[in-house]
Amino acid sequence: MSTMAVPDVAVAQVDEGFWTRTRKIGAVLLALGVLAAVLFGALATDQQARFTLSETEGGAALEIHGTVGAILFGVIAAAAGAALMAGVPKRWFTVLLGVGLVAFVLSFLCWQVSAAPEGRNFMPLVNIVRGTFILALPLIFGALAGVLCERSGVVNVAIEGQLLMGAFSGALFGSLSGSVWVGLVAAAIGGAFISLLLAVFAIRYLVDQVVMGIVLNLLAVGITGFLYERLMQTNAEKYNSAPRFSNWEIPLLRDIPVLGPALFRSNIFLYLGLLLVLVIHIALFRTRWGLRTRAVGEHPTAADTLGVKVLGLRYRNVLLAGVVAGIGGASYTLALYSFTKNMIGGKGFIALAALIFGRWSPTGALLAALFFGFADQLGTYLGAIGSSIPSQFLAMLPYLATMLAVAGLVGKVRAPAADGKPYIKG
Amino acid sequence: MNNPNPVSGSSDRDPVSGSPDRDPVSGSPDKDPATEAARVAAGGANRAAAVTAPKRPEPEARPSLGRLFLDNLWAANTVTVTVLAVLLAMFVGAVLIIVSDPDVLATYGYITARPLDALNASWTVVSEAYANLFKGAIFDPEASGFTAVLSPISETLTYTAPLVFTGLSVALAFRGGLFNIGAQGQATIGVILAALAGFLLPLPPVLHLIVALLAGAVGGALWGFIPGILKARAGAHEVINTIMLNYVAVYFLSWIIIQSGVQNPDRADAISKPVDSSAQFPRLLGGDLRVHAGILLAVLATWFVAWLLNRSTFGFELRAVGANPDAARTAGISVAKTYVLMMAIAGLLAGLGGSQMVLGSTANALTPLVVAQIGFDGILVALLGRVKPWGVLLAALLFGALQAGGNRMQSYSGISLELVTVLQALIVIFIAAPALVKAIFQLRAARAARLQTSLAKGW
Repeated sequence: MSTMAVPDVAVAQVDEGFWTRTRKIGAVLLALGVLAAVLFGALATDQQARFTLSETEGGAALEIHGTVGAILFGVIAAAAGAALMAGVPKRWFTVLLGVGLVAFVLSFLCWQVSAAPEGRNFMPLVNIVRGTFILALPLIFGALAGVLCERSGVVNVAIEGQLLMGAFSGALFGSLSGSVWVGLVAAAIGGAFISLLLAVFAIRYLVDQVVMGIVLNLLAVGITGFLYERLMQTNAEKYNSAPRFSNWEIPLLRDIPVLGPALFRSNIFLYLGLLLVLVIHIALFRTRWGLRTRAVGEHPTAADTLGVKVLGLRYRNVLLAGVVAGIGGASYTLALYSFTKNMIGGKGFIALAALIFGRWSPTGALLAALFFGFADQLGTYLGAIGSSIPSQFLAMLPYLATMLAVAGLVGKVRAPAADGKPYIKG
Repeated sequence: MNNPNPVSGSSDRDPVSGSPDRDPVSGSPDKDPATEAARVAAGGANRAAAVTAPKRPEPEARPSLGRLFLDNLWAANTVTVTVLAVLLAMFVGAVLIIVSDPDVLATYGYITARPLDALNASWTVVSEAYANLFKGAIFDPEASGFTAVLSPISETLTYTAPLVFTGLSVALAFRGGLFNIGAQGQATIGVILAALAGFLLPLPPVLHLIVALLAGAVGGALWGFIPGILKARAGAHEVINTIMLNYVAVYFLSWIIIQSGVQNPDRADAISKPVDSSAQFPRLLGGDLRVHAGILLAVLATWFVAWLLNRSTFGFELRAVGANPDAARTAGISVAKTYVLMMAIAGLLAGLGGSQMVLGSTANALTPLVVAQIGFDGILVALLGRVKPWGVLLAALLFGALQAGGNRMQSYSGISLELVTVLQALIVIFIAAPALVKAIFQLRAARAARLQTSLAKGW
């Protein structure tokens, strides 16, 4: 993206005719809204679309007539698009875009839920929210690991490997010691091990960081797969039966409708992940360490001139990233499943996508991870209600969204300027 | 300059290497000797060196041929580093085998009392594993009969063929300055279209194979064209887009397999109809041996890519863009066109590689895992082959041999096939950091070493 930065700025300043970026996005949104109102409205049935506030069919629910809902929300999305096209003040852009997209999704859901067979035509919001967060959790940890690395100028494509190594060593040492806490520490060390390799080869030996990341992923898949087949498959009881963190209920918060049961009766990893987003956000933008990290990621020579130890800071941040990703890997093996071969299955790459989609910021990464988690959960849900939409196409959504983002259709995405460039002290 | 290499940095430091315009990405210290010409031009403080520099090779040319050979053997040239990287990787692999064997590990419990036990047990398990690796890949001394003797080579070549294509795909893009992580996705789309053409079209034998291969090539080219055009038009980074397209391709494959007309009607699981025999590569050594004509196509493709890169106008433009896109643009080369065409050709090659997975002897129907890891292995192959076409062919041979041997190692010694993945990754890690290998073995700096491997840039 460093190559696009220069011409892109020039284009943005010169080429401001009628079709600004806002208007283009508005036009797309308008088209989507009209499409939703017509197509989803026509396909929706006259059953009620029920969104229950619980885990089951019963209890309080939001209800709307299927056809009416699909058309109504489609019209709202189209209106938001039209407002964007008409030229609204810039501060309304995000709000209108958000409203438009949410309305589009709701229109889609009205169609899907109302068209589901009798007895399954409801959507339990608690399950959806909880599933979204559970599926987003490794993405959050992974994307935060990416933020730590890339903000200081080291490209981290090895997130997948860090997650996998964390999951593996968490399971192995958790099983051997019988303690979740030992497992958690081991997972952090496991993730840091892959990070250490990345740091040494990228910073000391100046190997291309993307190449190194890809190779490290393969190495992690190989090592964990090999040891899994040799140890865990032959003696699962000894090597692959890690204890699991139990769910901690947070008083008061757990009684909030929908969010309470979905989020605040969860295990330590969810709390840790959300806390880390906050901590890293504050640390990155409000502390001396954060300023130095960002300086090293944007212009290491300048930072060096002012006395920042560029290489030391990069080593520390990359290792820290490994710790974070390792804990993220443990959120699988110390809370949900026992270890299986290649169990991360590409989540590391979606985390990378979330990092880019979230524009290299912790909060952006959180939102992107939740969006991807929601798409994932929606796929599962639609499969369960027998939807006509193939789940594979929904599963493609995060990847396609990232491609659109990177192509500059959703907004400008710019990596830290020195990301991926090794620093050689002059 | 912070020269990470203790060996080459110790002697005469040249002033040029400290200049900031050296490309830090490919900044391997081994490039130093290559800057000799620049040093001569630099003159100044090094004038004395400049005068003596042209003379220096002569006294070294005097020693006997054997002496020269030995000197070069221990210099950090491409071959030596590769061999040592393989040895280092196998050493780490041996450690992994030992620590993952509870029986052997138990003997280390009393190593101070009876050290020979531990050493013997370790030696037995490791040597047996690697012996089986060798027997499965190259030659089994106990085998007798035509089929049994040639079987390891046949297996090796069968695994090699698709890797050559994906390796070439990645290498070609590398030379043009792009990192094509999408060979996996391109191979996936290739295999889908090749298989569809293979069982949907009723065509006569030879024509059917050609059509199926073309379909696979077109599919791969399309999947390479997308990141190419996005790079050229919107500046979107090809690494991100190719990673994303890999997953889109995987989901598309898992969707299309279970569609009616594609799925095998006799099966409940996700598997397509088998490809007609008329669309399959002929086997080279009879029906019992799996090696097929795909390997010949692979050699042809290697020759073609070598010609394209080194002899054609487009290859020149591609290398110019890879070396410096801004300079290439100034010189009148259309960078955008080069990116698009380059990625399309890279995709085409990967698509052909993918096609082999159903048109060769590996499988004859689509399954979710039909392309295995050939796209990702292609990245390793390209790096190991130093992004040169014939180097890629040799690297693919090594990886094919590891794969074939790994199968035997798994069934005879019970050592998981995953060890091969570890070995492959480790070899490339050591190759990618030749300075590390040089430091470990205290190699001399080679005179004409060109060991820098990676050419891609950051985001």
